Amino acid sequence: MQFWIIQGLNSLSLGGLLFLLSSGFSLIFGLMRLANLTHGAFFMLGTYFGAVALREYSGLNIWVTALGAGIIVAALGGLFERLVLTRLKTNPLGQVLVTLGMSFIISDACLVLWGGDSIPVPTPHNLQAPTRLFGFVFPTYRLVLVGIAVAAIGALNLLIDRTRLGAMIRAGVDDRQMARAVGIPVSRLFTIVFCLGAGIAGAAGVLGGPILSAYPGLDADMLPLALIVVILGGIGSLFGAFVGSFIIGFIYTFGTALVPDLAYIILFLPMIVVLAFRPQGLFGRVSA
Amino acid sequence: MKWIAGAIIAAALLLPPFFAGDFYINLASQILIAGVFALSLNLLVGFGGMTSLGHASYLGVAAYLSALLTSRYGFGHGTAALISILGTVAMAAFFGVIALRASGLGFLMITLALSQVLWGLAYRMSDVTNGDNGLAGLTRPAPFGISLESPAAFYWFALIVAVIAFVMMAIFVSSSFGSSLKGVRDQPRRMAALGFNPWMIRWITFIYAGFWGAVAGLLYVYYNKYIHPTSLSTTSSAEALLGVIAGGSGTLGGPAVGAALVLLLKSYASAYIERWNMLLGLVFLFIVLVMPTGIVPGLHKLVTRLRGRSS
Repeated sequence: MQFWIIQGLNSLSLGGLLFLLSSGFSLIFGLMRLANLTHGAFFMLGTYFGAVALREYSGLNIWVTALGAGIIVAALGGLFERLVLTRLKTNPLGQVLVTLGMSFIISDACLVLWGGDSIPVPTPHNLQAPTRLFGFVFPTYRLVLVGIAVAAIGALNLLIDRTRLGAMIRAGVDDRQMARAVGIPVSRLFTIVFCLGAGIAGAAGVLGGPILSAYPGLDADMLPLALIVVILGGIGSLFGAFVGSFIIGFIYTFGTALVPDLAYIILFLPMIVVLAFRPQGLFGRVSA
Repeated sequence: MKWIAGAIIAAALLLPPFFAGDFYINLASQILIAGVFALSLNLLVGFGGMTSLGHASYLGVAAYLSALLTSRYGFGHGTAALISILGTVAMAAFFGVIALRASGLGFLMITLALSQVLWGLAYRMSDVTNGDNGLAGLTRPAPFGISLESPAAFYWFALIVAVIAFVMMAIFVSSSFGSSLKGVRDQPRRMAALGFNPWMIRWITFIYAGFWGAVAGLLYVYYNKYIHPTSLSTTSSAEALLGVIAGGSGTLGGPAVGAALVLLLKSYASAYIERWNMLLGLVFLFIVLVMPTGIVPGLHKLVTRLRGRSS
């Protein structure tokens, strides 16, 4: 019983991380029609920033680090969007290839800067003690992660549904031409959303650090998970990304625990089933 | 002009074994392998309008199958090659059914996800694939009793296969089926209205491209006598895609030229720096930003632009 509950919690915390990663991907895709293949690299960059900052400066705590890494990665993402992606407005395929090239550059740069050994990220001191609930012992940090993911979907929902910026984003997603015609600065909106998505991925990288630790190839491990989540949940749908994240979180965690050799094959299954019956994804409005 | 160009190409392909040293003959063999692989990807990208980021799956799976069958299960090379190609084609048929549920960016994401899953599998299923150590100590086949161990012998073998591949793919593209493929790429709705089945045309092309990808994979594993999960990685798919785009997608021979350039760049650069992935990324940015239609048309455009400025 303890096994199932602990693995269940691990699934939830991985799902939470995946949501933080894929929500940004989904937002960017929904608004910009851009499959941002740099997203895994943004996540990894965040993890490395967090790992190195926490190792060098013992006074830092993980929350401030996550915020800082999020801001730095958001700034880098914004720069990339302004300098490169805007030049390729009329060339969607070119945009994807450029994000792929960028992901190679970032992951190789991480290897140069921080070497090939994995760098652990310490769990915050005040969360190291396990939590006892209903007679079971839970690692506190993972519980907190789940909480953060739930808070994040709440916050993103408020942002999209209740604010002026959110209304403009929704307008841009639904009809870019019309949004432009009524005076919404769609191009600036692209930059904002790209920064937001990159920033969330960077912050998520730090928060995932204590579970995953920073290692070369982290980006290549995370990107397919995000892709599968988004294909599963429906491209451009936040709620879809949320549900998809937890489905994949569960399948991947239990798969790795029960049939470690085949965990990767099991990831196929939900994707195949969903594509067979609902090609637009569980909660997607339009097919890609 | 055509005759001269043809003669130059023929000379470039036929002469290396007589004059060049082993290093350059081996390099030429690698170029042929990369060329076959890029041409097969070009069927999808250039002629079918289906940009796949998972083409390394077919190269890698065929290579792994052949390696496992010959080294672990004692199959002869002929049977192993046949089973590897059949297995890979079956996988391509299955992957095609999944990936062709979407088009455009969705297709790209699904092919990428599928190939990443295979890559992860090759790393982690270490009982079978030997994980990060790869499978070493493989042998080359000896068709009709001719040993392919020497660089020159292997070059001739690779050249024959590459020429057959090129001719077969050229026939495929210029056939009436090839025309309907280009029609589906440009005007899928009109083609459907004319009574064609766009899905079926795309699916057949997907399988055919997987077949030649598998052939490239066999050449790859014969040449290296070693196989490692990186052959399945996104980098491997991306190198081929870069070759296709750099050479000019949708042209018949361009991708082979592009693949040759990528390979030359890779082997030249790796003599000086270890950072191939970073260089690959930078080249990607450069090609897409500066020469999105390929090197030959891109250079042409650049020259005319410079001339226009100076006058």
